[in-house]
Amino acid sequence: MSSQLEPIKDPGLPAHVHRKTDTDPKAADRAERQVAAMFGISALGTVLLIISYVFIPDDVFVFIPIMGNQNAHQLGLGLGMAIALFFIGLGAIHWAKTLMPDQEVVMQRHEFRSPEQDRKDFVDTVKEGAASSGLGRRSLIKRSLGAALGLSALSPILLLRDLGPLPGPEQKKTNWKSGTYLVTDPGDRRIKASDLEVGSVAQVMPEFADPKDRHLDDIAKDALLLIRLRPSEFNLEPDRLAMTHEGIIAFSKICSHMGCAVALYEQTTKHLLCPCHQSTFDVTRAAKVIFGPAARPLPQLDITVDDEGYLIARKPFSEPVGPSFWGREKS
Amino acid sequence: MTVEAKLGQVANYVDERTGAAAFLKKSLKKVFPDHWSFLLGEVALYSFVILLLSGTFLTFWFDPSMREVVYEGAYQPLEGVKMSAAYASALHISFEVRGGLLMRQIHHWAALIFMAAIVAHLLRVFFTGAFRKPREGNWIIGVGLLTLGIVEGFLGYSLPDDLLSGTGIRIAEAIIQAIPVVGSYLSYFAFGGVFPGELFIPRIYIVHVLLLPGAFLALITVHLMLVWYQKHTQYPGPGRTEKNVVGYQLMPMYMAKAGGFFFIVFGVTAFLAAVASINPIWLYGPYTPAQISAGSQPDWYMGWLDGLVRMAPPIETYFFGYTVSWNILIPGLIIPGILFTGMALYPFIESWITGDKREHHLLDRPRNAPNRTALGAMSLTFMMVTLINGGNDLIATHFDLSINQIMWGTRFGVLILPPLAFIITKRLCLSLQRADRELVLHGRETGRLLRMPSGEFVEVHEPISPEKAFILTSHEQMPALDLPAVDARGVKRAGALKNKLRARLSKANAEAVPKVSVEDLKEIENH
Repeated sequence: MSSQLEPIKDPGLPAHVHRKTDTDPKAADRAERQVAAMFGISALGTVLLIISYVFIPDDVFVFIPIMGNQNAHQLGLGLGMAIALFFIGLGAIHWAKTLMPDQEVVMQRHEFRSPEQDRKDFVDTVKEGAASSGLGRRSLIKRSLGAALGLSALSPILLLRDLGPLPGPEQKKTNWKSGTYLVTDPGDRRIKASDLEVGSVAQVMPEFADPKDRHLDDIAKDALLLIRLRPSEFNLEPDRLAMTHEGIIAFSKICSHMGCAVALYEQTTKHLLCPCHQSTFDVTRAAKVIFGPAARPLPQLDITVDDEGYLIARKPFSEPVGPSFWGREKS
Repeated sequence: MTVEAKLGQVANYVDERTGAAAFLKKSLKKVFPDHWSFLLGEVALYSFVILLLSGTFLTFWFDPSMREVVYEGAYQPLEGVKMSAAYASALHISFEVRGGLLMRQIHHWAALIFMAAIVAHLLRVFFTGAFRKPREGNWIIGVGLLTLGIVEGFLGYSLPDDLLSGTGIRIAEAIIQAIPVVGSYLSYFAFGGVFPGELFIPRIYIVHVLLLPGAFLALITVHLMLVWYQKHTQYPGPGRTEKNVVGYQLMPMYMAKAGGFFFIVFGVTAFLAAVASINPIWLYGPYTPAQISAGSQPDWYMGWLDGLVRMAPPIETYFFGYTVSWNILIPGLIIPGILFTGMALYPFIESWITGDKREHHLLDRPRNAPNRTALGAMSLTFMMVTLINGGNDLIATHFDLSINQIMWGTRFGVLILPPLAFIITKRLCLSLQRADRELVLHGRETGRLLRMPSGEFVEVHEPISPEKAFILTSHEQMPALDLPAVDARGVKRAGALKNKLRARLSKANAEAVPKVSVEDLKEIENH
C-alpha cells in the first residue's frame, strides 16, 4: 500500500455520535425497563414450558392456521423453550446496544514476523539441534527410524483386521436355488401363476423353512420382483424368454447401481424406476437400462412351476445381485 | 458491597492463584470489528454447542443396537412390527419421553443450521479474501470442519435406522464397494460382513457421539485460538488500516452481544423445532432392504453429492474380469475429492498466481478481486446445479416436469453454466469497478434535473463523502507478474510450461478497471 500513491487521503475514523441513552437519563431508564421486560418475557416462556410439561397431556391436538393440527404438549414445550431462550438473547443484546459504551476502539496489530535477530537465532537453534542430534550425518539412524515408524503404523491397521470377515462367496450368492419356491412378502405363501393378474407386480422372497430365520442380510440379496405381462409384449432374446413363465418375469429388486429397492413400476410404459437415482429399466427388454446412472440391467431369475403349479426358481441367479464391486465377475 | 467490588475480588482471587492478570487484562480489552457477516461463524459455533447439549439428551434413551425387537410402544400404526432396537428407541424418544421429540427436532434443525452457517461463513471468508496470509492454516481447518460436518451429519441421520436412513447407508456401502481392489474388503470391515449385518449402527454411533465431536472440539478450539491470536480481519474504511483493528472491546460489549446471540440462535432453533416437523421417522417405518419411500432425499448438505450421482453417465468398465464403476467413482469420490482438495489449497494457489506473500488484514470487496469472485460464483453454480438434480424427483412432481428433462438439463447445465457464471461474474465485477470509478470522479446522481438555457436537460451530480470516496479508492491494484519465458541472460527458464501457466493466470487475475488516481483527480479539478 505504501508503494502506491493514495488518491484520497484517509479521513480517519468518523466522529463518535452519542446515542439518546448516552445523553438523556430518561431514555437510559426506559432502555433499562425494556431490557428487564425482555428478561421477564423469557421467564414467562419458562413458565409456559413447565405448564406444558406437567399439565398438558401428550394426546391433545390444537388447530393452528397454516400449520394445521399440532400436538399441544410438544408445541407448548417448544414455544416455551424458544421464548425463554430468545428473549434472554434479545434482552442482552438490547442492553449492549443501548446502555454499554459504544465508542469504537482502535487496537494496533503487531506483525507476526519476529525481529530479524530472533528469526536468525531461531533458525540457528533449529539447525544446531538438528546437527547435534546427528540426524544429517548418521543416515543409518535416520533410515532405520523412518522404517520403524512406517512399520509401526501397520499395527493399528492390523489390529482393525477383525472388524469383519474377508469377503467370501456369500457376497455373490443369494438364497435362490434350483427349486426354491417363490413366496409372498409379507405372508410367506407359495404363489401360483394364476395368482398374478396381467399387468400386476409383486414382491416375493425365497421360501424359508422358518420365516423367522429370514434376516435383513437375506432380504438385502433375495428381494425379487415378479411382473406379469402378456407374453406378446416381451421383446426378449429366446434364452431370456425361456426364463419367464406364462408372461411372468422375475428380476432382482436390488438396484444394480447402488442397491436401493427398485420399487416403482409404471404400468403403462412397463418401466421399473429406482427412486434413489432414477435408473430406469425396461421390463419388456429384460430390464435393460434406458435411463439414469445404472450401468447394468437388473439380474433376471429363471423361473418355472412345479407339478402343482407353484412358482419355483429353475436356477439360481447367474450373476451377483446388487451394486457392482471389483471382483464381481470373478468366480 | 457493589457488584463491581465483588467482581473485582474475583479477579483478584484468580490472579493470586494463576498470575494471569497481565494476560487477562489485555484479553478483556481485546477489540473485535463489527459486521453482520462476522456473525456467520458464530452461528456455526453456537449450533455446535446446541448439538452437544441436545445430542447428550438423546443418548440417555437411544439404544444403538441392531438387535431385532417387536415394537410395543405408544405409536399404534407400528404396533407388533419387527424393527431394530435403535429404531424402537428413537420412536420411544419421539412418543414417550416428554420433550423427546422436541429435542430430536432441535438436534436435527441445529445440524442443518450448523452446516448452513459453516457454508455461509466459508463463502464470506472466500469472497472477502480473509483466507490470505497469515490465515491459510485456519482456512484449511475450516475446510476440515466442513468435511467432518458432512460426515457427522450423514452418520447422525443414519442412526435412527428408519427406512430412509437405511437407504442412505446402503448407498454409502455401494460407494465403498466401488473403490477399486479394496472396496469389498473395506465394506466387509465396515459392516462386519455382508450388508447390513448387525454391527454398523453401534459402530457409527460411537463415531458420531465421541470420535467426531472430539475432533470437532479440538479443531474448533484451534480455529478460535488462531482468530484470537491473529486478531479478526476487518472491512476497509476510514481509519482502518492493515496495522490496526477498529471495533468494540470484548468486555462488556462483545460478551453481552455474543452471549446474547447464543441464546437467540438457540431460541430460533427451538422455535423451528416446535413448529416445523423434521425427519418424521415414524412415517418411514423400520429399515428393510426390500422397500423404499418415493422421493428419497438426503439432508441438504448431501444433496449436491446425490445430484452428482444421479446425473452420472452409466459407465462401467471391465478388464481382466474386474469391474470399475465409473458411474459411482466419478461422482461419489473423484469429483468431491478434487473439489475439497482444491478448496483447501486455494490460498496457496492464489498466492502463487499473484506472487503476493504479504500479510493481509483488510478484507477485499469482492468486486475488487474479480477472478476470485468469479471462481466462487462458478463453484456455487456447480453446486446449485447438482443440488437441483439431487431434488429432481421432487421438482418433477411439484412443477410438472419429467425427471428426464431435469436430468438432461442438469447434465448439460453442470458443464455449461459454471463457466458461464465465471464470465458473467467477472464482467459484473469489472462493471462495478467502473461504477465505483464514476462515482468518485463525477459524484452521485441526485435525481434533480436542470434545464439549461439551451433547453438541454442535465442531471445534477453531487460529490460523495470523503469517507465513501476513500473506501472506493483505498484498495490495491496489483500488476500482473512479469514472467518472461527467458531470463535476463537469455536462458530459457526451467519449468517453461508451469511458468507460462502462471503468467497467464496472473495476467487474468490482474485484469481490472484502473481505480481513480491522483492524476485523474487533478484533471477533474482543472476542468
